Amino acid sequence: MTEQEVVLITGTSRGIGRFLVEHFLQRGALVEGCARSPVDWELPGYTHHQVDISNEGQVKAMLSAIQRRHGRLDIAINNAGIAAMNHALLTPGETASRILNINVLGSFLVCREAAKLMRRRNYGRIVNFSTIAVPLRLEGEALYAAAKSAVEMLTRILAREFAPFGITVNAIGPTPIETDLIRSVPREKLQHIIDTLAIRRFGTFADIAHVIDFFVHPASNYITGQVIYLGGGG
Amino acid sequence: MTSPTINRTDLINLVITSLRDVLEQSGRPLPATIEENTLLFGKGALLDSLALVTIVVDLEQRLEEEHGLTLTLADDRAMSQRNSPFRSVGALVDYLEQLIHEEQSRD
Ligand SMILES: NC(=O)c1ccc[n+]([C@@H]2O[C@H](COP(=O)([O-])OP(=O)(O)OC[C@H]3O[C@@H](n4cnc5c(N)ncnc54)[C@H](OP(=O)(O)O)[C@@H]3O)[C@@H](O)[C@H]2O)c1
Repeated sequence: MTEQEVVLITGTSRGIGRFLVEHFLQRGALVEGCARSPVDWELPGYTHHQVDISNEGQVKAMLSAIQRRHGRLDIAINNAGIAAMNHALLTPGETASRILNINVLGSFLVCREAAKLMRRRNYGRIVNFSTIAVPLRLEGEALYAAAKSAVEMLTRILAREFAPFGITVNAIGPTPIETDLIRSVPREKLQHIIDTLAIRRFGTFADIAHVIDFFVHPASNYITGQVIYLGGGG
Repeated sequence: MTSPTINRTDLINLVITSLRDVLEQSGRPLPATIEENTLLFGKGALLDSLALVTIVVDLEQRLEEEHGLTLTLADDRAMSQRNSPFRSVGALVDYLEQLIHEEQSRD
């Protein structure tokens, strides 16, 4: 079995996931990551899987590969997600099901397969991704916020179901952070969201990493089923 | 994938090893003997629902790692069968044989 800590991060091709890869490598972890696309960079200690997290077979194969290579999985960060911001009346069924599939089904499949691996050492830390759009009930984000609400409920219930295996499950709800995900959202709309926060600024990658570090800390073994929102917007 | 042959004795041993491991891990008493008619789940049986979940996952992992067989033991059909395939060691082995047969005839 690998001596180092093994971390799985989904959605590593860009944005927050890409940042988290480096964050965990700096901690001395081995990082396994995935995205639907390949990556054009290489980092020592990082292994990329071209996987669509809403595809059960692909998720299973990725986790089997991790088991074969390392024999352990300490941390899983369910970062991969998609958003589509539009009025409900202008949201095609196709878009709606894609949002639900990737955010909800995808997170579920990764949680399930990760927990199967983690339970073997009776230890694991899972962190899911929600959004501030849930407590703020943002217009134009009905499907996205509904999907992330489902992720929150998965987090709470899986926390109970996985507790006997030494696995904690928590979630982070970021505020707007400047990545591709929100590139198409008009500036005034983003400013409006920021104005409703207790701390009125964009979130940063470091803000995310700090909350994740807390959740995945070995001493956080009594912290589970929780959602922490950034910026005091919850 | 072509699966190596796995006979009934192998399957019985697999289930018994898995069962011993799960019982040990959960600190539950090991019975003196485990055989085909040992009751697994239900009134007066060895496993509670969490141990049952664990043994299902454990068996799936052993079948994949030791025999290259990717099977899903806990599908809706199994969970709703009146004669649950998880009621005894023998019933579980019958069920595994059936799943392996279905998997191999699909190849
Ligand atoms: N940025 C924000 O303001 C913000 C705010 C609140 C919450 N969040 C949440 O934070 C997480 C990361 O967001 P981000 O801003 O970093 O987004 P991003 O820049 O759009 O990156 C998303 C990443 O997920 C991957 N991905 C998407 N669908 C996938 C799938 N089906 N299978 C595997 N990988 C997939 C993408 O790669 P491919 O396209 O190659 O698959 C990409 O690497 C998301 O869960 C998002 O909802 C972000």
